[in-house]
Amino acid sequence: MSETIRVGMSQIVVAEAPDVLVTLGLGSCVAVCVYDFFLKVGGMAHVMLPDSSLAKEVTTPGKFADTAISTLLTTMQQKGTLKERLVVKIAGGAQMFSYQGLDQKIQIGMRNINAVEENLAQAGLKISKRSVGGNIGRSVFMELATGAIKVKMLNSPDLIL
Amino acid sequence: MNGNLNPLQLDAMREVGNIGAGHAATVLSQLLDKRVLMSVPEVSILPLAEACDVVGGAEQPMVGVYLRVFGGAPSKILYLFPEDNALFVANLLINDPEKCRNILGELEISALKEIGNILTGAYVYAFSNFTGIDMFSSVPALAFDMVGAILNTVLSDLGEMGDYAVIIETKLTACDESIDGHFFLVPDHGSLSTILEALGVKNGCQKQSGSECPKS
Repeated sequence: MSETIRVGMSQIVVAEAPDVLVTLGLGSCVAVCVYDFFLKVGGMAHVMLPDSSLAKEVTTPGKFADTAISTLLTTMQQKGTLKERLVVKIAGGAQMFSYQGLDQKIQIGMRNINAVEENLAQAGLKISKRSVGGNIGRSVFMELATGAIKVKMLNSPDLIL
Repeated sequence: MNGNLNPLQLDAMREVGNIGAGHAATVLSQLLDKRVLMSVPEVSILPLAEACDVVGGAEQPMVGVYLRVFGGAPSKILYLFPEDNALFVANLLINDPEKCRNILGELEISALKEIGNILTGAYVYAFSNFTGIDMFSSVPALAFDMVGAILNTVLSDLGEMGDYAVIIETKLTACDESIDGHFFLVPDHGSLSTILEALGVKNGCQKQSGSECPKS
């Protein structure tokens, strides 16, 4: 029986086929999905903020792009996955509100995307597919049986990554 | 601030929410010339991971009007309306059948932002008067999307300082429930203790065992 597992803001979940990892209503946050197609093990991190150096202390590594990605990769490794087999896909990072004079805080979506890309590159991983930016919210469904990722949006057709 | 408030503090926060939302509801009622009902505010302290579900399903399409509050106790204010409700409110305000369209166009968006602006003005004014904390609000921004996406964008910067969000929620109902809106006040980290201090309930009696508790 496949189980649907919700990945809430700042959470990191690693599971295996046939489960489905789901995050509903992503705004400025970014869902980082990694998948080992050989073991059919996959993980998702729901990143809220670009950089852990902004925080006083890091109690929840899943919140920040840098700590989330390193924790996600370590957890994947403990499940026996190999870095060479990992397929990486990301979604989210929208700019939900449009202000006249855009301030830094509100552009958090773009900063999240940049931080996620940088940290993945540093870890030696390439992003194979992405659905990021814009001003639309997204729901992300990661099927661990196939590694396919479905992105649902309001008023536009579903995307398969 | 961690995830704990004692009953006295919860009550105090509920009361501030009540006064603020009461003023906002009065103004909305005058603006639309309709009767507006409001609920008793609910104060919840939620882990961020669950905060996106406060209005029910994260995928429901809703219109959100968002404002920042600056001053002594920086906070966020968010209004959420289901799409048809938002259009209904906008059309009431525009009040011109020739211009009424059933889409969320520029005119409707502008009307909704203005409502957000006026209600926030009333809320913040009452809040300021009651607590003695100076506050003023930013220009409004609007989004129409899945409610989870709106909430997660609004709440994400709280993550810098902690894992919890304090949310003061009031429900507004008008026109025989054809308007059913949610109103949220979310104090930034640090603002909560400023507000509690202004209300004279900063030191909760649960935390200071030994000191005397106020009798109710």
